Amino acid sequence: MGIWEGLIKALQLIFSGDPRIIEITLRSLFVSGSATIIATLWGIPIALILGLKNFRGKFLVKTLSNSLIGIPTVALGFFLFLIFSREKGPLGFLGLLYTPTAIIIGEAILVLPIVVSFATTAIEAVDPEIANLARTLGASESQASFAILREAIDGILLAGIASFNRAIGELGVAVFVGGFIAGVTELLTTGIKLEIDSNNIDVAIALAIILFTVVFGINLALNLIQRRRK
Amino acid sequence: MSSIAELRNITKNFDGIRALDDVNLKIQEGEILALLGPNGSGKTTLLKILAFIEKPSKGEVYFAGRKATDKNLLQMRMESTMVFQKTMLFNTTVYNNVAYGLKMRKAPKNKVDEEVSKALGLVKLDGFENRHTKKLSGGEQQRVALARALALNTKLLLLDEPTANLDPKTVSIIEEVMATANRKLKTTVVMATHNMFQAKNLPHRIALVKDGKISEVGTSTEIFRNLSKTLASFAALENTFNGTAKATENGITSVDIGNDVLIETTAQQSGTVSVFVSPEDIILSKKRFDSSARNIFKGKIVEILDLGSLVRLKVDVGKPFTVQITKRSFNQMELNLETEVFLTFKASSVQII
Repeated sequence: MGIWEGLIKALQLIFSGDPRIIEITLRSLFVSGSATIIATLWGIPIALILGLKNFRGKFLVKTLSNSLIGIPTVALGFFLFLIFSREKGPLGFLGLLYTPTAIIIGEAILVLPIVVSFATTAIEAVDPEIANLARTLGASESQASFAILREAIDGILLAGIASFNRAIGELGVAVFVGGFIAGVTELLTTGIKLEIDSNNIDVAIALAIILFTVVFGINLALNLIQRRRK
Repeated sequence: MSSIAELRNITKNFDGIRALDDVNLKIQEGEILALLGPNGSGKTTLLKILAFIEKPSKGEVYFAGRKATDKNLLQMRMESTMVFQKTMLFNTTVYNNVAYGLKMRKAPKNKVDEEVSKALGLVKLDGFENRHTKKLSGGEQQRVALARALALNTKLLLLDEPTANLDPKTVSIIEEVMATANRKLKTTVVMATHNMFQAKNLPHRIALVKDGKISEVGTSTEIFRNLSKTLASFAALENTFNGTAKATENGITSVDIGNDVLIETTAQQSGTVSVFVSPEDIILSKKRFDSSARNIFKGKIVEILDLGSLVRLKVDVGKPFTVQITKRSFNQMELNLETEVFLTFKASSVQII
């Protein structure tokens, strides 16, 4: 099948509202969105400590976090596969391998360094006196930390966008711990891989277009929100 | 008069540097107290300790008769608030800034609205609620910061160099607000300043701060009466010079401040004196011009400080003078470091302190 023919069939599939394609898209959004939210919930407190406190080994933690941004997804996926493996893995008893939960956990680990590094940089860029300002206006320590987070919100949003992009576009973790179970763990990226292997180029193109559109659309929306805030 | 706050044997160290050294100070309820001292003398640290946002390394702080501890810190902070020298605003609207402390105090929405609009009225920014702070001028921003503190109606208001680096119009608004808050709302005000003139006119009492110590506390008359002794070490204060005054003809006094710089003033005094010229009263020009002004000095620009719409220059004429001009003039005159300039000011602009 030629690329143009594939493209036309792909557009037909998208606009006809093919139930399988809708399902895969929604699952992808859910899995990557959940992973991003979990990573943010873990990452922000870590970033607050890294950005505001001084302690021994801080430099090491920051360097580690920065270098883990580029961790190969295949390596992480394989490593998690060994851990979640139902027969021999230390966490095999949880029965998580080849479930969306396993992919969410894996992707959350994958994007955690992005959240931590980006958010730490954003927090460090806020004038530390903002915390004192909040305190002198009557804020408690946690409210003062929150005031700093609010000043760093643009950087934190960016951390979220970058994390989501990395999560929704990655293949390694999804393949190793999610597999290709139709109707259960199939995502946009694994779907593309599967359809190419099965020589269904039109479906693969359709999924790829959707992946592009989702990433672009979400980035556009967040950028518009950020612009309106200014 | 009872004291509202008291510092007992306060010492503060930062990484081995002693910022405050065994400071004892009582702040009387209802007064305006100026902490007068050069930059780096410990004034800001002292204010931060009074605001309960910096902990002393040693010593005790009492507020309204109660000793400050870790447990009652948050409660103490509610009674005292500080406006920083560097304008600090949250990156949001004027309303959200001024409302912040009220929200922390869990004030109901209608009360917040009312107090915000009242505070903005005091600093002459009526109707600015929905403006974004980023879009305000430097002077307006500092007024928002002041309004945010005033809205809380705390017993103690701490101001760190509240008028430094601001345009004259903003300075007069801020000075007026300070006086009003003190008189009408009975707020006790402690302000740090290195401006002699401000210290002389506004406060009820002055505490001289130098090298982390309070060398003297008294009314402005008491402090300035004995100036040769107490103020001799304050030469680091802006446009304040110590010298010898001699009466000349026609009621003009000439003050020799050293390095062949003679300043003429209409004030009548002789002997050892300190003189002060406000940076706003000095005209800066590239060429000498004829005028009735008695003081004309030639010098070189040695320091440039960009303040947004204003530029502050230090000009060495044998002694360093600080001059304030608008950014526009600065650009039009094509000034730079080492540029040769003339400073002109009237004899009547020179205050003998």
